[in-house]
This record gives sequence, structure tokens and C-alpha cells, in this order.
Amino acid sequence: MKTDPSGVLTGQHYLDGDHACGEGAMAAGCRFVAGYPITPSTEVVERISRRFPMMGGTFIQMEDEMASMAAIIGASWTGTKSMTVTSGPGFSLMMENIGLAAMMETPCVVVNVQRGGPSTGLPTMVGQSDMMQARWGSHGDYEIIALSPQSPQEAFDLMIDAFNLSEMYRVPVMFMTDECVGHMTEKVVIPKAEDIEIVPRKLTEKPPDKFWPYVTDKSMIPEFARAGDGYRFHTTGLTHNERGYPVMSAECQQECVTRLVDKIRHNAEDIIRFEEEDIDGADVVLVTYGITARVARRGIDIARRKGIKVGVIRLIVVWPFPERHIRELAPKIKAFVVPEINYGQIVLEVERCAAGQTRAVLVPHMGGSVHNPADIADAILEAAK
Amino acid sequence: MSKTAEQTPTEEMEHPVSPYLRMDRIPHIWCPTCGIGTVVRCYADALEHTGVDLDKLVIVSGIGCTGRVAGYMKLDAFHTTHGRAIPFATGLKLGRSELLVTVFSGDGDLVGIGGNHFIHAARRNIDMLVILVNNFIYGMTGGQNAPTTPTTARTSTMPFGNFERPFNLPHLAESCGATYVARWTSLHVRRLTKSFREAIDRKGFRFVEVISPCATLYARLNKLGTGFNLMRFYHDNAVIDHNADTRDLDINFQDKIICGKFVDKERPTYSEMMHEHYRKTLGDKFVPTPEEGGMIRDTEEKPVSKGKKPAKSRKSKASVSKSGKK
Ligand SMILES: Cc1ncc(C[n+]2csc(CCOP(=O)(O)OP(=O)(O)O)c2C)c(N)n1
Ligand code: SF4
Ligand SMILES: [Mg+2]
Repeated sequence: MKTDPSGVLTGQHYLDGDHACGEGAMAAGCRFVAGYPITPSTEVVERISRRFPMMGGTFIQMEDEMASMAAIIGASWTGTKSMTVTSGPGFSLMMENIGLAAMMETPCVVVNVQRGGPSTGLPTMVGQSDMMQARWGSHGDYEIIALSPQSPQEAFDLMIDAFNLSEMYRVPVMFMTDECVGHMTEKVVIPKAEDIEIVPRKLTEKPPDKFWPYVTDKSMIPEFARAGDGYRFHTTGLTHNERGYPVMSAECQQECVTRLVDKIRHNAEDIIRFEEEDIDGADVVLVTYGITARVARRGIDIARRKGIKVGVIRLIVVWPFPERHIRELAPKIKAFVVPEINYGQIVLEVERCAAGQTRAVLVPHMGGSVHNPADIADAILEAAK
Repeated sequence: MSKTAEQTPTEEMEHPVSPYLRMDRIPHIWCPTCGIGTVVRCYADALEHTGVDLDKLVIVSGIGCTGRVAGYMKLDAFHTTHGRAIPFATGLKLGRSELLVTVFSGDGDLVGIGGNHFIHAARRNIDMLVILVNNFIYGMTGGQNAPTTPTTARTSTMPFGNFERPFNLPHLAESCGATYVARWTSLHVRRLTKSFREAIDRKGFRFVEVISPCATLYARLNKLGTGFNLMRFYHDNAVIDHNADTRDLDINFQDKIICGKFVDKERPTYSEMMHEHYRKTLGDKFVPTPEEGGMIRDTEEKPVSKGKKPAKSRKSKASVSKSGKK
């Protein structure tokens, strides 16, 4: 369906990534945001708190990030598209309830404007070191979806996808941007509302006496009943059956967790998104995401001028990961090169998918600034030997 | 609701409050002579006697023995994470303001791990009824010390007796801004039910503390007999004083328990404050979140009424026709 025009600031703007992300959320139909201030993410909620009162949205600054995450899950059960926004330390505090969102199958979006960690780390400076946490941070087995924008324009565009994916698969979606994209100001074009397609909540049409909240068909995605529509359903973070009732047994655990994971794994090919460039005949393929994808451009140019055939895979959806694609490419190239602002996260996934058929070379950076493109070029040249 | 009751083997018994319970989940997990059950019974009784639309009533619990209450109530029910029932409920209430929200949980859940949420929800005067079953202990995890454990009482993590000072919860709630504050024991069935009825009909952050025996752990660790002995003890040692100053409501180990309705006042709720403020500062530009929720509907496929602009109709009661199943 088309989005609600009241949230869409159609036109050309000059926005930083945080503001663009906020605009993306509003354009996507988000109408409930709970958050707790943290650099470098706060501008997202500052933008939203200014605009929400004019479009029927509610923003609340909660007492902490555990509360923020809990509140957006509650709000999402009213059918309202909901989001919270944070950075490293707050992301850590959200983890338990991210697991609850996954377990209750609650559509919602969690924005993490990444900064340097661990702990308080580098509050005002860039990092990409929460990528594994986004996937594994809460305890137990579950799957989420994570996206990573490389520019303010993409921060806007991908926010709409983030909300849509969360509705389609009933999972929390991690919006893994970073301080650099968040604070970089560029042109952002916001389309007309009638050109923005959004996915509405999949409300059940069954009458209450025929409805159980976790019954699924082949899609593995249950239908939704909102709180307050007379369904009198029960939902819990405990292992539960189709009825949403707790069942403490290995059998129920098997069924419950398998579906939570498989609804993403089995649909991974539909969710995965990346851009490719010059893959055919490449010696070395760079796998990159977020701000580093842009920094790497110069490193790629340097290497190409020295005669290396460099291909690029830019991950847009980072989780689920394009496993099959990497595996098929691996035997054809000399190495993957993975620059990231951490000490080796996505490179591990590339290495796993390459399964020994080729090398995966990390170009690490501990954060606080982006890479020096020359370091990326050097790594490519070295890998091409 | 009769539908489910029919499907259960307890059909013939038809307990008067069974329409409010998930009879298909009975027997419950609580120990014999645990006090939680009577509190649930009083709450269900109160529902029977209030005029509220139960389709709009949601119940949220955290984790613990008391945290299981949501799972037994035949309402839209959320069994959340330890300590987070109040912020979860805040999201429900702000997302769809026509909902009536009850949070039903334990002392450890609401004022131990969740204490920060408790004080802030009271400060903001979020419109919810919070029922706290205070058994002076962490029941579910096996009898550890709670922020409500009376000084000198034994718990599994204070094996030589508790040396901490417990919370005085009515005082905490009142100082943070609660609009309704009452305390009863789980054997004050009539008075407790009346308090629930009153509190359901009030607005703002309403708090009812129920002193209740944990038969299996608190009673056993402190050699206080059965849960029923303890329930009686609490009841018989209750001093009803509606006019008591909440500063004087500390509970000492196996001593008198001052009960009553201590606070019953009006104060604008969070949403009322927000709406009034935005009306004042933004005038006509202010668009409140629709009472029936901020959900955006597909107005193209299912027009609500002819001639309405999509942006407007989103704010209408579009869902009523679809959801009004009673
Ligand atoms: C984050 C987290 N920490 C610890 C626990 C373990 N836990 C479950 S219930 C509980 C205490 C509950 O005590 P209370 O709220 O007083 O409920 P009661 O069982 O006494 O009714 C604890 C510590 C948990 N579930 N989650
Ligand atoms: S452990 Fe205590 S609080 Fe829990 S059900 Fe048993 S008696 Fe009740
Ligand atoms: Mg307790």
C-alpha cells in the first residue's frame, strides 16, 4: 500500500544521515518512537520529536534503553509501527528485549548509529564493531535482519525497507548505520508519498474464537491480532505453542525455535540485498558495507590503476548474509578483502562462506576514524599476489 | 468466552470467575496455599463488577510466580521480561490510548529489577493500574532476598537474616506521583476487590500492593507454618488506617501491617499533559495519535467512507468495523 502522506517531507533536502534516517522512519509510517539519548544517534529522535506531533505520532524519552525497547514492543502490539534509536552502550542494554521481540514475533526497528567500543569507547567517533552483536547479541537462537546504509540518501531509503521487512517477517530489524553516515550531510531526495510502498501489518481476518496467535502456514509467518481488538490472545517470551501458551518441553522448543530461525533462513534469498561491480574475471573481491564501502572507493581506484582486477560486493542487507553467493565466487578469485571498522567481524562470515576455497583478508581499523584508503589499496595489492 | 469454557473439562464446575480466566490453562503452577490465587480471584471479581469493555483491557506481567498471572487471565495478555512489564505497558497505552492497562507482577519484578521503570511511570503518571503482589521474597527463583524483605527475615541469600532495609512501597508510589495507592493483604478479599474496582475506574498511575504469603519459601525459610497460617497472620495483624501517612508504612518482620487506601486523587495523565501542551504550543497543527492506535491502514483498498482523504481517514475509527467483534 501507499504510505501516509503526513509523514513524508517530499522534496530535495540537505540532511545528515541521522535526520535522513528519522525522515525515512516517518515516511515508512512509523508512529511510535521510544528512545534514550546517546551520541551519535540522538539527532534521529530530535528530528522525530519535532515532527511527530504534527502527524499523529508519539515520541517518549524513556528512562533507559531497556525501557525503550520494551515500550516499542508494547506499541507494536497495537499495530503501530515502532522504532527505537541508540548506539553501542544502549544497544547492549536493549539485547534482552530484542530477544523478546524475536520470540513474540514483533515487528519493530532498532537503529544503531555505531560508535567506537567496547564500553563507553569513543562516544563521538565512528565504529562498525556491533555487527556481530546485531546478529547474536541476545541469548538463544533466533534470526534478525540487519541493513547498513552508506549515505544519508540510503539512510532514508533503507529505513523504508527496514520497516517493510520487519512487517513481512515479523522480526526486529537492526538498522546498522554509523557515526560517519549519521553525521555526514548530503543531498537527500524524498519522493512523493504515492511513490512510497509500505507493507501494512498482516492483521488476521479470523474471528477471535478461531484465532491462535502463532499458527502458521507455509510462509511460517503468523497472522497478527492487535491488542484491543477483542482477540484476547496470550503471548509470552517463554517457549510457546501455536496458541501462545507456554510449554516447557524439548518438543515445543524444537518447533518454536526452528520456525523463528527458519522463517528468515528459508526466505534469505528474498531478503538478501547487495550491489556488485566487476565481479567477472576479478582477481580480488572486496566485501564491504556502510561508510567503509565509500572509503574503499579510493583504495579500489589505486589498486585498479596498478592493474589489479578488483570486484566489489557492497552489502546492503548484512544479515542474512549472501552465503551462497560468496561460496560460489570463492573458487574463482584469489582472495576476498574485507575492510571494516572493527578487528574482524564480517570477515569471519566471509571466511566461513568461502569454506577454504580462497582467503578472506581483513583490513582492520579499531575506530575513531575511517580507513586510510591507501591501507585498503595495499591489502588488495597484497591479496592479488 | 463461553466458547473456551465449553472446550475444557472443568465445564460443569463453572466457577463464577471462570469467564475471566483461561480455564484451558488450569491447573495453574502456584503452590498450595500460595496467596497469589486469591489476588487473581479478587481481580477477576472486580472485572465482573466494573463496566469496562474487556476487549479493551490488556494485562501485562513480568517474570516470577506473580508474573504468571497474565497467562491465566482471559484478556489480551502479555508475559514479558523480568522487570519490564511497566515500560512494555507504557508502549501499549501510548500506542493505543483507548486501551485500559493493568500491570500485574511481583515485588522483585516491579521494584527490584524494574524499580526504575516503576518510579518513572509514576512520575509521568502513565495511565495504568499496577498490582504488586508482595510476598517479601523472590519466589520463582527459590526464595532469594528481595528489596521488600523485612529486616531480619531469612531468605536463601540472607541465610543469617536480612540486614537490608526494605522499601515502603506506598510511600515510594505516592512520592513519585501515583494517583491511587492502597495496600491490603490477600485475605482482605472484599476490601481488595473493592480497591481493584475503584482503581480500574480511576485514571493515572494507580498502585495496589497486596501482602501475600509465599508458602513454599518465605514461610518455610522463616518457620511460619503453612501459607494459610501466614495468610491469616497477615490478615489478623493488619491495621486498617486510610488516613495513615505513607511515610509510616514500613513493614517489620512478623509485625503489624498498616493497610488501607492512602491516596485517591486526580492528576493529569501523561497523555493529557502531552495533548494539552501540544494544543497550546502547536494549535491546529497538532495531530494526536488516534485513540485506536497509530496504525496506518490501507485506505485505498478498503475505503472507510466515501469522499474522505486518505490522510484524514487514517485518523478515523477505521478499525472499528473490522475489529469490533464482541
Ligand atoms: C533478567 C533476569 N534476571 C533474573 C531472572 C530470574 N528471575 C525470575 S523470577 C525472579 C524473581 C521474581 O520475584 P518476584 O517478582 O518477587 O516474583 P514472585 O516469584 O515472588 O512472585 C528472578 C530473579 C530473569 N528471569 N531475568
Ligand atoms: S513459590 Fe511461593 S510465591 Fe511462588 S507459587 Fe509457591 S508459594 Fe506462591
Ligand atoms: Mg516476590
